Amino acid sequence: MDCYTADWNPLGEAAFYRKFELYSMDWDLKEPLRDCLVAAAPYGGPIALLRNPWKKEKSPSIRPLLQIYSSSGVALASLLWKSGPVVLLGWSAEEELLCVQEDGSVLVYGLHGDFRRHFSMGNEVLQNRVLDARVFHTEFGSGIAILTGAHRFTLTANVGDLKLRRMPEVPGLQALPSCWTVLFQDRVTLVLLAIGPDLYLLDNTACSGVVPPGLAPGVSDFLQMAVSFNYRYLALFTDTGHIWMGLASLKEKLYEFNCNIRAPPKQMAWCSRPKSKQKAIVVAWERRLLVAGDAPESIQYKQLTIEVLLDRLVLRRLYPLAIQICEYLRLPEVQGISRILAHWACYKVQQKDVSDEDVARAINQKLGDTPGVSYSDIAARAYGCGRTELAIKLLEYEPRSGEQVPLLLKMKRSKLALSKAIESGDTDLVFTVVLHLKNELNRGDFFMTLRNQPVALSLYRQFCKHQELETLKDLYNQDDNHQELGNFHIRASYAAEERIEGRVAALQTAVDEYYKAKNEFAAKATEEQMRLLRLQRRLEDELGGHFLDLSLHDTVTSLLLSGNNKRAEQLARDFRIPDKRFWWLKLTALADREDWEELEKFSKSKKSPIGYLPFVEVCMKRRNKFEAKKFAARVSPEQKVKAFLLIGDVTQAADVAIERRNEAELSLVLSHCTGASDGATADKIQRARALAQRK
Amino acid sequence: MAFPHRPDAPELPDFSMLKRLARDQLIYLLEQLPGKKDLFIEADLMSPLDRIANVSILKQHEVDKLYKVENKPVFSTSEQLCFLVRPRIRNMRYIANLVNTDKMAGRTRRYKVIFSPQKFYACEMVLEEEGIYGDVSCDEWAFSLLPLDVDLLSMELPEFFRDYFLEGNQRWINTVAQAVHLLSNLYGPFANCYGIGRCAKMVYETWRELEEEEEGEIKGQKPEIGRIFLLDRDVDFVTALCSQVVYEGLVDDTFRIKCGSVDFGPDVTSSDKSLKVLLNAQDKVFNEIRNEHFSNVFGFLSQKARNLQAQYDRRRGMDIKQMKNFVSQELKGLKQEHRLLSLHIGACESIMKKKTKQDFQELIKTEHALLEGFNIRESTSYIEEHIDRQVSPVESLRLMCLLSITENGLVPKDYRSLKTQYLQSYGPEHLLTFSNLRRTGLLTEQVPGDTLTAVENKVSKLVTDKAAGKLTDAFSSLAKRSNFRGISKKLGLIPRGDSEYDLKVPRDMAYVFSGAYIPLSCRIIEQVLERRGWLGLEEVVRLLNGNEFAVTDMIPEESAPSDSLRLVLVVFLGGCTFSEISALRFLGRERGYRFIFLTTAVTNSARLMEAMSEVKT
Repeated sequence: MDCYTADWNPLGEAAFYRKFELYSMDWDLKEPLRDCLVAAAPYGGPIALLRNPWKKEKSPSIRPLLQIYSSSGVALASLLWKSGPVVLLGWSAEEELLCVQEDGSVLVYGLHGDFRRHFSMGNEVLQNRVLDARVFHTEFGSGIAILTGAHRFTLTANVGDLKLRRMPEVPGLQALPSCWTVLFQDRVTLVLLAIGPDLYLLDNTACSGVVPPGLAPGVSDFLQMAVSFNYRYLALFTDTGHIWMGLASLKEKLYEFNCNIRAPPKQMAWCSRPKSKQKAIVVAWERRLLVAGDAPESIQYKQLTIEVLLDRLVLRRLYPLAIQICEYLRLPEVQGISRILAHWACYKVQQKDVSDEDVARAINQKLGDTPGVSYSDIAARAYGCGRTELAIKLLEYEPRSGEQVPLLLKMKRSKLALSKAIESGDTDLVFTVVLHLKNELNRGDFFMTLRNQPVALSLYRQFCKHQELETLKDLYNQDDNHQELGNFHIRASYAAEERIEGRVAALQTAVDEYYKAKNEFAAKATEEQMRLLRLQRRLEDELGGHFLDLSLHDTVTSLLLSGNNKRAEQLARDFRIPDKRFWWLKLTALADREDWEELEKFSKSKKSPIGYLPFVEVCMKRRNKFEAKKFAARVSPEQKVKAFLLIGDVTQAADVAIERRNEAELSLVLSHCTGASDGATADKIQRARALAQRK
Repeated sequence: MAFPHRPDAPELPDFSMLKRLARDQLIYLLEQLPGKKDLFIEADLMSPLDRIANVSILKQHEVDKLYKVENKPVFSTSEQLCFLVRPRIRNMRYIANLVNTDKMAGRTRRYKVIFSPQKFYACEMVLEEEGIYGDVSCDEWAFSLLPLDVDLLSMELPEFFRDYFLEGNQRWINTVAQAVHLLSNLYGPFANCYGIGRCAKMVYETWRELEEEEEGEIKGQKPEIGRIFLLDRDVDFVTALCSQVVYEGLVDDTFRIKCGSVDFGPDVTSSDKSLKVLLNAQDKVFNEIRNEHFSNVFGFLSQKARNLQAQYDRRRGMDIKQMKNFVSQELKGLKQEHRLLSLHIGACESIMKKKTKQDFQELIKTEHALLEGFNIRESTSYIEEHIDRQVSPVESLRLMCLLSITENGLVPKDYRSLKTQYLQSYGPEHLLTFSNLRRTGLLTEQVPGDTLTAVENKVSKLVTDKAAGKLTDAFSSLAKRSNFRGISKKLGLIPRGDSEYDLKVPRDMAYVFSGAYIPLSCRIIEQVLERRGWLGLEEVVRLLNGNEFAVTDMIPEESAPSDSLRLVLVVFLGGCTFSEISALRFLGRERGYRFIFLTTAVTNSARLMEAMSEVKT
């Protein structure tokens, strides 16, 4: 029975602990860890090691070795370090290895030692070199903070979206601070540093001194500081052997502990105590370990979600395992299997030893048309690896044509992009490609391409109509579209040109184009218009008044209204105004002038081609019943009923209708018998009707 | 009068949700620009905006002053300017002008452009070219469906017609597809989809793509509206070109209904003021006469007036208690009815003054002759006289188009002479108008031989082919043959005139055109719904130049409630007329359907002609 507690050792007075090995590391390290730069990724992620020869060895011929292991020590990658001296290794939240060099440049590697990219922490860092650096993680992503040789801090809160911030100067800082750390409060990144007995807080704008509340007196130096993973708690180790634990805001002390050890610890970190899940601090010296804590709050984290877990498996290229997990958890395809297959495909396209055809086929076989898989994303990756042909092959599997367009443009397959954009039915996309083509091709080729794509052409034409008239003309020219060119110049003749000479010239160009288009009608009509414009100008000069831009009809009317009858008739002859129209026009003008004498004269000038009912109408419109009556008598028999009704003579209308024995006319008159005195007329019509029916 | 719906007619869905969605989004957008701001509104958006959010709502969200976007100098002192506009290039220039003027004066303000219903890349391009892209922030107000009435949703996009049918610009197709998609999201999937026309087909395809992209989310919603029918305006130009004689259509033709309301002038209100009146189902008097042939309306209204008088007269015999009751309960309603009644009587009188004259009768007679295809010579002379007398540029043009479309084009001699006469009357710039009309197929020259040639057949087949279907205007002049006479015969659009048509008791949809003509668009819809597809209509489809489709397996039919299958959403691409709406409402009552109308805009013959006209600027 005793054996159950045999391996438990007492810890302090009320606690026991035991030690057992979870698993053994697979690695076979040739160097002691202390001689290496080491970085372990959070959540049991990979471990990176770099032997650090710039401190231990002088010979430049021996290049350091960068090695990446899984958390259980399985070797994932190993490469010779050919770049400059490294100050710090760290892992980003996306499990990218960040190697901070002395010159301030940061090299980024993938989990498998694949080089991703590099960036610089700025000129100031380059000039003054990196003395010390930290990688930190916040809700903004993973950041890097750097202390330079000039004792200034520079940081970026997110290495994925690089924005460098140079922190304000710390007054009196001439040497390395005894310790420093990055804090994160109210979405702002801060630096806390210790110089002798003083603590300073650096924010974007200022450096201010801070004092931890309730700190035991007598401190002349801070030897170590540690901030918890969520930036809520801070621990300070003083040269008096005290550990101060409190809120990182330095507003409250939670606990202070005297450990009676004054030697500087090698490492200090926050953890949670196994049973109570309370926050605690672990302090390590060369041969001693200490756990202290009394934070009252119980904390549980679920930061490692399923998605993150799957991402990590994918990063380790454990695709089948990831898919099995998805299936086990019954995740929707879009979130689960599709995503993993897409990652697999992106990995697949990087296999340079496999031919384009084989890769494309393999990917399509596996992915088919799984929902949520974006072939265009995979193609973009292929293009990123320099495999343009493979990218095009993969794009063919993309069912949404719109999605193919951006990559095709990037690959300079603009014409294909145009077809795909049109297929997508998204006119904005079409327009984007059109403008792209416009910049990429010379004008001739550009127009030629449009010519084969009517949808794009219409779209661009309409844009040009509003914004680039000259281009519009060129487009029509290119197509030998003389009809539209004619129209173009007609429009110009009244929209763009002001002077009469310019307008006539524009019309002449239009005439030429219309003839080329074999549109004789339009050409002739335009020639007439030129003639009319010139004439209108002359009329304005000679008679005054406004004539320009009136229609032919209105020009003649104007002349008649101003009493220029001769000129009007001349014009009508010159422009071959048909007789009918001229009669309408003239009688309306004379009635408008109330020139009844002239109207009568006109009516007798020859036989009216439009009959005499219109004369009755215009007189009645001017409420001149007297004149109207004169004309009513002359109206032809077919229209006489109408004429009499117009002048309100129901009796005569009835007589005519009865005489003509016209049923339709009879009912028409009857419908007008509404007055009190029309009773007799109505009876008369009814009698006539009855008579007609008897026959 | 005012046929009631059949007792078993399905209920209409509640479309007021669309207004709430639009309002909430607008408020959200306004709040993205916190603090006081002046709002510049494009004239075309003022009425739609008014139906969504009134001035006090705008003020609540810190809109200080309101301006109309127009070419006048602006003196706004606000630090923040917000523009609510349609995505049009001229608006971009207006904004650029304003911003650049500020810049030159060394003034900095915040500018925000809200595009409705969406922004176009071309607009952003212009902002960029004018050098102000970085100075303004752009947003979209996805307000594309305005419920004008319980059964009428308008996109208020009159430019759709010219953009698509004349310029061949397909930019609005996506907007319409989005709108249909929104409806299917809100009111459940459609069980069946029918349609005809190239644009209809493209809208259908774009909409399906949108649905497929979201297929991952399992909806499982039951359809409220079972069927959808998409129809291109150019399938039936004839109906849209006819004079309207049902009351609502006639009011639209006479006074122009704008965004569901009309301005009645002093001649109608018989006072010295104009009055803006909302015309919809809420107006009890209007609701009873809107679908009536005009000849019945006046009689109905006077009967109604007499009844009303009788109701008032009941007061005479009342004791005090009854009187108190009457005043508190009935009087208000009676007064309201009285007000509406006198307005509509006023409108009727005004219409009669304008329309019951000889001229109008003859006009209608000519139209009927054109529809039936007799006395062509006489009709042509009538039109010529119409032009010579300068009666109305829009009317003359409309008659020319009606003649052309019903006759498959004008004979060359008439084509030339009518155009010449028109140019002489109304000015030479209409040379361009004719070019436009020709391109859309509204006014063309007859080509010898009446049937389609083999080549044309081939071409029209090519045009209906899916890939080529996205081409525009390349073959339009060939594909746009109207074939009206043949279609009319096949579909029996002209009722036999053997007995007097009693307009009081309509027997078919022809009543909306005085019994002379059944609107083609509505007849097609009727036939397809009856046949549940295009089977048996092959010849009609061929004459209509194809592009028909019927999809009946969008969801399993048994999962659609039977009521929903009798609710039909009809989508008019390029506009619909009130006559068509009345005709389908009639059909619905006869057959137990209820129709819901979605149109890019409400249109009529005048709007159609104006969209084609080139006017000097």
